[in-house]
This record gives sequence, C-alpha cells and structure tokens, in this order.
Amino acid sequence: MVPATSTRTEPARAEATDVVGLGRRRAAAFVAPALVLIVVFLVFPALWTLYLGVTDYRLTGLEATHPRFLGVRNYTDVLADGRFHNSLWLTLQFVGGSAVLGQTLFGFAIAWVMRERPAAVRRTVEALVLLAWILPGSVVAFLWLALLDRDGGTLNAMLGTPGTAWLLDHPMACVIVFNVWRGTAFSMMLYTAALGNVPPSHLETAKLAGASTWQTLRDAVLPKIRGHALTSLLLVSLWTFNDFTPFLITAGGPENRSEVMSAYVYRTALGEGRLGFGAAISLVMLLINLLIAFAYLQALRRRRA
Amino acid sequence: MTGVELSALTKDYPGGVRAVDGLDLAVPDGAFFALLGPSGCGKTTLLRTIAGLETATSGTVRIGDRDVTRLPPGRRDVGMVFQDYALFPHMTVADNIAYPLRIKKTGKAERHAAAADVAASLGLSDLLERRPAELSGGQQQRVALARAMAARPTVFLLDEPLSNLDARLRLEARTFLKKLQHELGVTTLFVTHDQAEALAMADLIAVMEAGRIRQVGTPAEVFRRPANLFVASFIGSTPMNLVEARVADGLVEAAGARLRPPVRVEDGVPVVYGVRPEYLDYSAAPVDEAFHGRVVVVENLGTSSLVTLETEGGVLVHVVVPEDAEPAPGDEGWASPRPGRSLLYREGDLLTNDVAAAA
Repeated sequence: MVPATSTRTEPARAEATDVVGLGRRRAAAFVAPALVLIVVFLVFPALWTLYLGVTDYRLTGLEATHPRFLGVRNYTDVLADGRFHNSLWLTLQFVGGSAVLGQTLFGFAIAWVMRERPAAVRRTVEALVLLAWILPGSVVAFLWLALLDRDGGTLNAMLGTPGTAWLLDHPMACVIVFNVWRGTAFSMMLYTAALGNVPPSHLETAKLAGASTWQTLRDAVLPKIRGHALTSLLLVSLWTFNDFTPFLITAGGPENRSEVMSAYVYRTALGEGRLGFGAAISLVMLLINLLIAFAYLQALRRRRA
Repeated sequence: MTGVELSALTKDYPGGVRAVDGLDLAVPDGAFFALLGPSGCGKTTLLRTIAGLETATSGTVRIGDRDVTRLPPGRRDVGMVFQDYALFPHMTVADNIAYPLRIKKTGKAERHAAAADVAASLGLSDLLERRPAELSGGQQQRVALARAMAARPTVFLLDEPLSNLDARLRLEARTFLKKLQHELGVTTLFVTHDQAEALAMADLIAVMEAGRIRQVGTPAEVFRRPANLFVASFIGSTPMNLVEARVADGLVEAAGARLRPPVRVEDGVPVVYGVRPEYLDYSAAPVDEAFHGRVVVVENLGTSSLVTLETEGGVLVHVVVPEDAEPAPGDEGWASPRPGRSLLYREGDLLTNDVAAAA
C-alpha cells in the first residue's frame, strides 16, 4: 500500500480527504458491515416501532396478519389511559426516590465517609457495595424475593415479624429500596473520583475557618463536583427510568401498584399482545427520556457559561 | 503574649514514619520565624500540627497562654496560607477574603467592610469583584494572605509562601511579606526549603533535619556560626568549605595548609575545618596560612566569581573572588581565611570555647 501512495499523482486536495489512500469505494466496503448491523438491529427496529405505533398490530388474532392503520389514535389512547398515568407517577417515584435521592445521597455519603478511612476498610466497603451492582439482575431479584418472602423470608426472621407480606403491602417501597441497594455503587464510585478532585487545601481552609461539615460541603466540595453530580444524576435518572428489574420482583403488581413504565410496556405489548399500543407507549417513554436528558444538559451548560 | 511554644512535640504517621521527633521550640511574640530544612525533614508537618490539621502524637502546642494541642483548627485562632493558596474558584475575591468571617457568622455588611479594609491594605481594592482565575499568581497570594488576615488571628502560618511564584515575583513578594509582617507585628511562622529565602525574610530561623531542630538562631548566627555540620552544609548559596583536618603543634592541618585554629584544641584531634567561600581571600602570589592549589573551575556569579582550587591532596576548596580579579583555570592560587571567620567542628558539632580570643 505504501509504495502505491508514493507514486500517486493526484491533486493535493484529494490526498487531504483520503489520508490512508484507500479510495472511496474500498473505504465504503470497510465501513459497510458495521453499517449493516446498525441498520438491521437499531434503525429498522426503531422505524418498525414507529410504524407499529400507528397500527392496531397484535401478537395474535386477525390484527396480527392484517393490522389496520389507526393514525394517532394509539397515542391519544395512551395519554388518556389511567394505567399510563398511574405508571408514569410510579416511575417518577421510582426515579426520584431510588436514583436521585437514594443512590445519589447514599453513594455520596459512602464516598465522603470512606475518604479518610484506612485502605482496608475502604476497599471492603467498596467491594460489598460493588457486589450488589455487578450481580446479574435475575440473581439479585431472586435474592430479594427470598429476603422479602412472607413465609420464611430473611427480613421477617430478622425483624421477628412473621407473615408480613412486604411485597404485597409495600410493593413500591420494596422496589425503591431494592434499587437503592442495587445502584448505589455507581454513584459511590463516581463521587469517590470526584472528591479526589477537591484539593485538600480547600477542605483545610474550611477546617481552619472552623466550618462545619455542612458548610465545608457547601463551600469547598459541592462547587467543585457540580459537573460530576449533574452527569451522575443524568445517567442514573435515565437508567432508572428504563430499568426493568422491578418487574422481576413484583411483576408490576399487586393491582399495578408497582407497574413502572418498563413493566407497563412489557405487560401491554407482550402480556396482552397489544403490540401497536405498546409501541406507542415506548415512543412516549423515549420522549420523556429526551426531556430528562435535555433538562440536565441545560443545567450543565448553564454551569459552564 | 501570643508566641508559639512547642514542647516534646512528636508526630507519627500511620506506618511508622516519625515526622516530628520530640521537638521543643519557642517562637517569641511578633517574630517572623522560618522553619527551614530539606524536603522530608518534617517542617510542613510541624506547621500543620501547629495549625491543628495534624494531631500531635504526643507533646503540647501552646499559642499564647493557651494549650491548643487538642483543639480543632477552627478554634486555635491561626490564619494559614497554603502553598497553592486554596482560593475558592467560584467566589469573588471579596467573598474569598470574607470567608472566615462568614463561617464565624459575622453580618454581611460588616464582613464585606472588613474584607474591603484588608484588601485595601494589600493593594487589592480594584480586584474585589474578580474571580481567582482572573488574577496573577502574586495577586492570588495576596488574596490568600488577606483571607488569613481577615479574622485577625494571633498567629500566621505560611506554607512555602514563595514557591508558586516565578523568580521575579518571588523577590518582590519577599520584600512585601517582610514589610507586611513588620507592620502587623503578628507572630508568623513560615516553611521553606530555600535557605536564601529564610535568611532574607526571617528574624529567626529553625533549621530542621529528620524531625528534629538542629539550630535556632538569627539569620546572621545561622549563617556565620552554624552549630553543626548539617547546618553548615545546608546554609549558604555557595556551600561552605568543610575540610577534614587534624590538629598538630597547635595548628590545624587541612588539605595541606597549616592554619591557626579559631578555638583552642588539643593536638591530635580529628576535626573538620569550615570556612565559607566568601570568607576566603584569593591571592595569585604565595601567602602564609592559606590553602594552596590549582584553579580548576571558575563560575561567574555576577558581581563575583566562584573559583574552585584543587589542592595537592585532591581536596576542592571554593573561594569567592571579586569581579575583575578572576584567575584563569590552570593558574596556581592561594586562599587564606579571614580572621575570625573560620570554624572548627568536632564530631559534627561546632567547637566554641573562647571564640573571640582566637585568630
């Protein structure tokens, strides 16, 4: 290849756009397999979902073979559906309670407290917290079912409250606590790294002035890690919004009381077979995700300005 | 009375490193006091222990007549300037200066007035609304100083105050700091590894090595009469000549020269003869009681030159020669100690009996 380029006599401008000297056709051939994969597994399903969203396509029955075009009716139905409102409200509780408050505060608190601990203690705590994060979702769901079980569950045995049906009485609280436990590791690691960015002399300046922990956080720490905090919040919010693991524990029940968005889509589209309606919910979910991301990015930009 | 008094102060780090080792020190009220030593000698740890940022393993720290050993930093009434100044980047200069007052819950108007006052005394009045990122290194340092001054502490602690400034600014800041300290009259301790900086700024210098103090004295004392070989070799821009010697017939035999001893010593004792290059007079003609050798290197120091003589025994002797009198490499030369400027060390320590009588 190298001698070929050296003997080439094309104009300099072409050289600049074709640095490697492959030529347009061969370059395209290299990129094509990746593009095909993207089209097959990403672009096509996305477009297919858009198409499904405007039909009454079903998993079985007459509509499965001859779906009818419904226009925006699916969408108006979704927005008017009480189950959708319930699900959206539960999802907001789930995101706000487990991601924004639970994981963030808990993760930051662990990072802050572990900052000055001996390395052995710090690593042990980090390893335990990380363990909850790296285990497969189905495994931890099973563990939590065993923990919260009404008859012979670990929690009831520890608290001495046999017969308490945690998952039936407090399904949403169980799911939120579960997700805090499961996801804190990410916030902890991110804030540990962020706190490493705060110069020790800034903390000591606050200390010398006689600042309390809260004043130190407000004046020396938070302004330095605001960017990290917003990035972390953006990521955990989106992850939690789309998280499907709650379904593995409560299956959305009882009586839809823990039916977060992902569970709602799954049950509608695959449980009831209403693929067209499910596709419409998916698109609404995507729009809400974009809204969340946009809000955080605005906050980040305001900080830089 | 707001001096600082340390007694039997020890600081061990986890892992068994003893940074400060049973150290006694009294810093008089109002002194500009330097903690000088090579890196790793424990000087910064000592400063941080006084500030309360490190907890003493044993011993006591007294500021004025208070025992502050177990007090948190916020209640010790000290102001500290960090090596990196530690200004909060999101606050304006005024807010940075007023920060200790804000923590002490001083009213907004009052603390801004106080900040403006301190800023004015340091020539920062025009910069109050700026952010630290918009300031030069020298200005940042003055803001950090102003913040330390704002709460009117009884002791100032400066950690390597000049190390983050470029060479030109450093000289300017040196003069500025010394003037400021004398105007304020507040006991000030600073840490430095640069002996020239310590000599230039301090009223008193404590020279430290391996967690201990090797000598405390005025710059003149430390420079002219280093109490031991460590201080002798550490102080001075051009290192002191320290030559292995032996006493015979009442004279010191060092590097082939027979010199009159500055103190009375018994014959046959192994000693080290010390004399600063600045206190040697160079001569191209033979003189008595002088080191004799061949010029091997001539280094220009600006207004003078540092000449290195290689004596017959291979010992190198440095002499400072005034300008226009420099020899050329290869010349033969003699270097005679000025009377009263040479020192004798025995087993590392300065010999001091009837100093004035000798030479």
